[in-house]
Amino acid sequence: MTEEKVIIAGFGGQGVMLMGQLLAQAATHEGMHTTWFPSYGPETRGGTANCSVVFDNHPINSPVVSVPDSLLILNHPSLAKFQGKLKEGGVLVVNTSLVEEKDLRDDVRIIKVDANQKALEIGNLKVANMVMLGAYVKASGIFSRESLLKVFKERFTGEKQKLLEMNTRAFDAGMELAAD
Amino acid sequence: MSRVLMKGNEAMALAAIKGGCDAFFGYPITPQNEIPEYLSEHMAKEDRVFVQAESEVAAINMVYGAGGAGARVLTSSSSPGIALKQEGISYLAGSEVPCVIINVMRGGPGLGGIQPSQADYNQITRGGGNGDYHLLSYAPENLQEAVDLIKQSFDKADAYRNPVMIAVDGLLGQMMEPVDLERTPDSKQRERKEWATDGDAGRRGKANTIVSLHLDPNKLEEHNLALKEKYDRMVENEQRYERLETEDAELVFIAYGSTARIARSAVESLREEGYKVGMIRPITLWPFPENAFKKLPDTVHTLLTLEMSLGQMHQDVKIVNQGRYHLDLYARTGGVVPEPEEFIEKAKAILKKEDAA
Repeated sequence: MTEEKVIIAGFGGQGVMLMGQLLAQAATHEGMHTTWFPSYGPETRGGTANCSVVFDNHPINSPVVSVPDSLLILNHPSLAKFQGKLKEGGVLVVNTSLVEEKDLRDDVRIIKVDANQKALEIGNLKVANMVMLGAYVKASGIFSRESLLKVFKERFTGEKQKLLEMNTRAFDAGMELAAD
Repeated sequence: MSRVLMKGNEAMALAAIKGGCDAFFGYPITPQNEIPEYLSEHMAKEDRVFVQAESEVAAINMVYGAGGAGARVLTSSSSPGIALKQEGISYLAGSEVPCVIINVMRGGPGLGGIQPSQADYNQITRGGGNGDYHLLSYAPENLQEAVDLIKQSFDKADAYRNPVMIAVDGLLGQMMEPVDLERTPDSKQRERKEWATDGDAGRRGKANTIVSLHLDPNKLEEHNLALKEKYDRMVENEQRYERLETEDAELVFIAYGSTARIARSAVESLREEGYKVGMIRPITLWPFPENAFKKLPDTVHTLLTLEMSLGQMHQDVKIVNQGRYHLDLYARTGGVVPEPEEFIEKAKAILKKEDAA
């Protein structure tokens, strides 16, 4: 594969950092080189949060992403902040539950995901991030479903094991939405 | 090889445990808080010492005490916190008490900011404390190198009876990437420190003392000269660096740590376009790797220092290369992390100007 640079952005509490870590973990399992870099600082609940993730078969130099190949946008303020950076023809996965569609660029491949609505149907708003993750995994084709499920199993252990089933369903729902 | 995905601060903390760290004393500061957070859990599990002190000054003096008693001791902080520790660091160096200090740099001066910076270069290499002393200082560019260097840093500190400073920045501290924690061996079981004030005077038949006070100027000068001899040995034996694509280079970047990672991208892009660009990457900041500048090919006409500080390392590049090459600087600071495109643009401007000349 050639280098894939991703920015994931939303508000604090949506789980954007976790999404990036799950992808980096899957890349590590698959023997790829990967980096994950968070926005860090005086963050507040509800403020914007983002992370940059890079995957490559070759060693990665800068973990800082200036022009992403793919962009995962979980709320509207993040669209305004990052959409302009996405490379032409790149993949834009948007949470249409919280993003106004009229503002979307027309020179990129857009994957619309009604993630909050889907998460509520599944039973918990908090898994909206997993719906988004599933949609990205399907759209990018870099990782297999099994690869991510393996990471879920490692991540959701002990007290969190009960969350595995719901997160997996949310992830699968996202994959289906991106397949349409 | 088994690679695990880890955050920089956590990987460095684990590497310290594997390097034989007996005790940690620290005080919180962004962007290095995951180091004490990780150690607060894992040092207890390993039956080792973890103390969150009431201040940086207290922490470094605890390091002085525990190091003096013969323990392998670690402290970590970030730029303004390291500034607070300078008095203790000078005492440790003067008393020849070994320790390891991890500095996850952020912008300055003063409280500055919390984003990545390399503006502690002078603080690290010139000594922030008083007196004629130096710290052996390593500046890794990725987490694997950080882990490998930290694992051996306690051995180095003990061998020279001198503090060792690990100099990284917020970028390396906060990022995650896969590391192989077993690529290099864990630190070997070390020998008893016969100089330590460890309460074992009975066996030795004499009491050890650790002091940094020498009121007789002749005695102090003798002590200073003995320290100098030690620093000379470090200059002789401990310089570390990497040379990348310098064989036919016309322009050579000088960059360390995170900046070197980004410069590496710039070198690759420029080479693809046919520009003859290489890089010297200091791995030790002190001793500054002057050997890296020996036997550069005749094709080289310009050295371009790239750093996240306003020309602090550039001073050393000037000292080593006085009059030999055109020397230029491209610097970002205050927590701004440069992009490869900035280095590429600067490099092209230099090469075009040189062609026209």
